[in-house]
Amino acid sequence: MIEAIFGQYTISVLIFSGIWAVLTLSLNILTGYAGQVSLGHAAFFGIGAYTSALLTTRYGWHFLPAFIGAMLITAVVGGFLGLPSLRVRHDFLVLATMGINFVVVGVFKYTEFFGGSMGIINIRKPVLFGIVLSGEKFLVLVLAYLAFTVWLSYYIARTWAGLAFNAIRADEEAAEAMGVSVPRFKIYAFIISSALAGGAGSLYAHFLGSIFPDHFAFAESIAILSMLVFGGLGTIRGALLGAMVLKALPEYLRIVGDYRYTIYGGILVLMMLFQPMGIIGDGSWLWKKWQEWRKK
Amino acid sequence: MASFGQLLANGIVLGCIYIFIAIGLTMVYGILKILHVAHAAIYTIGAAVGLAIFQLCNNFWLALFLAMLVSGVAGMLVYQGVYRRVLNAPRIVPLIISIGLFTLVQDLLQKDWLLGPYMHAFNVNLNFADVKTSMFRLTSVEVVILTLAIIFLAAVYIILTKTRIGLAWRASAQDTEMAAALGVNINWVIALNFLLGSALAGAAGVLVGVYYNNVYATMGNVPSYKAFVVIVLGGMGNVTGTIVAGLFLALAETFLVATVGFVLPRDAIAFLLLILVLMFRPRGLFSRG
Repeated sequence: MIEAIFGQYTISVLIFSGIWAVLTLSLNILTGYAGQVSLGHAAFFGIGAYTSALLTTRYGWHFLPAFIGAMLITAVVGGFLGLPSLRVRHDFLVLATMGINFVVVGVFKYTEFFGGSMGIINIRKPVLFGIVLSGEKFLVLVLAYLAFTVWLSYYIARTWAGLAFNAIRADEEAAEAMGVSVPRFKIYAFIISSALAGGAGSLYAHFLGSIFPDHFAFAESIAILSMLVFGGLGTIRGALLGAMVLKALPEYLRIVGDYRYTIYGGILVLMMLFQPMGIIGDGSWLWKKWQEWRKK
Repeated sequence: MASFGQLLANGIVLGCIYIFIAIGLTMVYGILKILHVAHAAIYTIGAAVGLAIFQLCNNFWLALFLAMLVSGVAGMLVYQGVYRRVLNAPRIVPLIISIGLFTLVQDLLQKDWLLGPYMHAFNVNLNFADVKTSMFRLTSVEVVILTLAIIFLAAVYIILTKTRIGLAWRASAQDTEMAAALGVNINWVIALNFLLGSALAGAAGVLVGVYYNNVYATMGNVPSYKAFVVIVLGGMGNVTGTIVAGLFLALAETFLVATVGFVLPRDAIAFLLLILVLMFRPRGLFSRG
């Protein structure tokens, strides 16, 4: 029905925007809530994608188990790769996460098991309860997962874990002194955010039908961070807006599409110079105007 | 397999290149405590300018000089225009800005009206013969790299230890506020810091371009990462440590690849070293604390 009104292309754009919205929200939990700046998030995206792709193409699994398997495996790997955050912070953590991204992509690119630079192809569309999910049906799947991620983000923010994350972001020593187990919660943040990213990866693999190592390289990590920073680091609405705008706009404006990474880079620079809290983040000009208007 | 002497010679030459790039990076970190990711963009700009000038006038030394000049100025502009405004912001802000700048410049360079997505040859005939000894052989480019390394690093050493501006730099690196209180013009020190470091990065770009006969828009990616590894290994802000670490990394790569035939690509050696150092000795192997 949507397809009839808006066309195949729009559906694809919506699907990608939805997947990237999940990615941005997942990074928000790690970097926005818990303050662990990660420049390697695309690695988790990739691990989920490859896991799901391999489970279905090579081992004949069905979609749903593969999707869950992807999330679980990415969560485990994510927890493990989060260990550097226990030793280093800020700049050093950024370097470590960049390195992890490079190494993960390197493993994808140079190992036979992962298909090498030929990637994985012939990944079939998911089949749930006998229905093949393609086009707008796949969009429904993506939106369901996105809704789950949004709900999870709200939920975490209101629980003890969310409080612990914020404490760690604000001042690690003080948090530790107040009884927050900093290492434990840092790893939790990595586990949750990478699991969500892994799920997004699975959806991505099954929609696109083929995946290659360079889809998950450092540039993609920058893109995701860009979206989050643009919308508003630390906020759910910011993550959603950033992903929607920065994923969809290049599709519709040719010039934006050609200069995509120039614009991502430019956004990072300009936002940090003038509105580091994001377009609609807490304390941004737009958000303050909105809150004033609501009070009238 | 090449002889030990040859591997050593190659390793040292590679080390010089890493040092050229890393010096600017460590100097910026020393004073500003900013990870100057955009440094790699300056490196690529240097290579591009060097290539362009060489194509115009066929004079390597002029190309090198102008590339260093343009890179140095570009570096200073980055400081004046961007970093200077966010010195007091939380650490994440200048970091993200630097990453943004790097991404922006590198993407622009890939457009057809600049370097484009192609590889450009940078063929320079340096008009003197290779150096051949019983233990190793150095091509003319390698000789140039080694000589320039010795000259520039000696210059940096003399500037840092024997001049007033060097003293001012070391004071500012140790304690910026105190230095300012004692009358050091911090902005001059920082600006010169960027000028010197960026010029060296530009030189590295030209030298690498000539050495591998290849200039392309994304050539900054891997060296930038390795430069970070070098400065972490050497102790952030520690210039001598950087020099030692640069040689160490290059020699490790050269020997490991030749003898063990490393399982992952050679670039992964740097990444693994980084993770190891960050996990077990983040202050660096050579830092004095």
